[in-house]
Amino acid sequence: MQRTLRSYTSSLIALAFCMVLAFAFYPSINPYFQSIFLIAMMNIILATSLTLVNGFTGQFSLGHAGFMAVGGYCAAALTTFVLPKLGWTGPMTSVFFLVALIGGGLLSAVGGYIVGLPSLRLKGDYLAIVTLGFGEIIRVVLLNIDSLGGARGLSGIQILTDQTWLIFAALACSLCAFRFLGTPTGRGMFAVREDEIAAEAMGVNTTRVKVRAFVIGAFWAGVAGGLYAHQYGYLSPTNFNFMKSFDAVVIIVLGGLGSVSGAILAAIGLSLLPELLRPLQQLTGYDFRMIFYSLILILFMVFKPNGLLGRHELSYYFRKWGLWK
Amino acid sequence: MSAFIQHTINGVSLGAIYALIALGYTLVFGILQFINFAHSEIFMLGAYSGFYIGNALNAGEGQKQGLGIFIFVLLASMATTAVIGFLVEKLAYRPLRKAPRINVLITAVGVSLLFQFGAQMLFGPNPRPFPALIDLNTSLHFGEVQVDPIQIVVCVVAFALMLGLEFILFRTKVGKAMRAVSHDHNVALLLGVNVDFIISLTFVIGSALAGAGGVLVGLAYPKIEPLMGMMPGMKSFVAAVLGGIGNVRGAVVGSLIMGLSEQYIVVYGVPTLRDALAYAILIGILIFRPKGLFGKTLAEKV
Repeated sequence: MQRTLRSYTSSLIALAFCMVLAFAFYPSINPYFQSIFLIAMMNIILATSLTLVNGFTGQFSLGHAGFMAVGGYCAAALTTFVLPKLGWTGPMTSVFFLVALIGGGLLSAVGGYIVGLPSLRLKGDYLAIVTLGFGEIIRVVLLNIDSLGGARGLSGIQILTDQTWLIFAALACSLCAFRFLGTPTGRGMFAVREDEIAAEAMGVNTTRVKVRAFVIGAFWAGVAGGLYAHQYGYLSPTNFNFMKSFDAVVIIVLGGLGSVSGAILAAIGLSLLPELLRPLQQLTGYDFRMIFYSLILILFMVFKPNGLLGRHELSYYFRKWGLWK
Repeated sequence: MSAFIQHTINGVSLGAIYALIALGYTLVFGILQFINFAHSEIFMLGAYSGFYIGNALNAGEGQKQGLGIFIFVLLASMATTAVIGFLVEKLAYRPLRKAPRINVLITAVGVSLLFQFGAQMLFGPNPRPFPALIDLNTSLHFGEVQVDPIQIVVCVVAFALMLGLEFILFRTKVGKAMRAVSHDHNVALLLGVNVDFIISLTFVIGSALAGAGGVLVGLAYPKIEPLMGMMPGMKSFVAAVLGGIGNVRGAVVGSLIMGLSEQYIVVYGVPTLRDALAYAILIGILIFRPKGLFGKTLAEKV
């Protein structure tokens, strides 16, 4: 009882913190920082959802952008083609947007189920290639669907995403990931990551655990795609190429595979990084971001393979340093 | 009918190039059980070193062409990529020899992207014309079937290199050591095989083959760019998996199948699905026959 109470308290604190962020902090900063802030929120959603698959379950997925594309196109199609026919206006638009986001997430979750299935037979490198292939196939298929714009991209999507949507989606996604930490499914995920055969022997249904991780990860990636679509009002298959997936992978590797708070910290850090590198870029006229990312990735793997926080959450370090009981 | 033969010839020469890259994937996988994602970038660097060496030879005196120059550029590019492959293994993969597989995988992806973006910075992101090293204008005609000299060059060079590899692997002592290491690291070590040397050698051979592939692609499709390695690398990887990864002869057969099927789908099927085909084949083969066409089933060790 006490334990549930405590975890609810921390969720409430997080909720209050996000209210402050959305309604007090965000309006008071200048537009330049606002745009960085929104990018950071988007990265948090992508990273924490990918943590479920890559970090908790140890299934190395490189197709996160593919799920994002499925959700983004689905939600955008709903608001562009269905909403005008319903004639909903005012607050009902937001309701419909929520429905569209969840619809995009669900379709993407179906995609996650389809990709999760082969993952039962594949592991490591093969799975990485298959998920990469899935992302590319989605992209090629979208390029060939003319009613969704094809290579021209889908434009004229209503701008519905604002800071409130992004902050609360990030909160919901992070809480979803955090809540897995203590549950049987979450522990099953960790067991699969450490040793699949041993997990199976201990009675973990590895199939169900892996598919669940993929489905939930894909759901949130789809929601992120929907938010992305309605943030910029334009979607193109090239937005969801391998680099997008790779961004999310770098974030979670840097934060520590398996640590949700590490993923959040790294998402914020890596959203700021391009801005910090901007003077260098102006000096040399070249965008160093990707070179920097890949170098960071290699150096971290060689010298600090566990990332910033390793497999622990921030609370572990707070307790270790005596800041929190 | 003659059109079909024409497409078959084109497909075989495409498949021969894939085979050169696929061999590198399959050799490294056979010995280290990991996919060297940076291999496709080694191929790209092979094309660029061919570009720079070829242009350096031609500097000032107008275009020189000839078999001698071609062979020199080919060998020099192979040597360059061999050195790069050696360094990649030494600096990025060797420190992780005992690390979990996922770390090696992430590093390999990192090395691959580092090369892609490094090349964009060093060589510029725009496509460059590859120097014409041999005279490619006279094509041979057999009835309605036309064979370009480049296709003959590609096939001859590719199959000569494959025969060379076959000789090294199955007729020399080093090849025997390579096969021993791929069978079991520890036992090979006990029997006095210098495992580190053999692993380095595997990277050197695989990278040299990829470098040769880069030069041949440069000649056959004379536009090179920093991201040119991605799709051929991907398709060669699929070819290696199709033939049973770790199986050298399987990789060659898989590459020919890839080259032909790609050619046929462009002509007889849906051209826009050309690049999705590789992934579709890959997913199909991984789901229905993960060991590939000629691979051996591996039992998972506990």
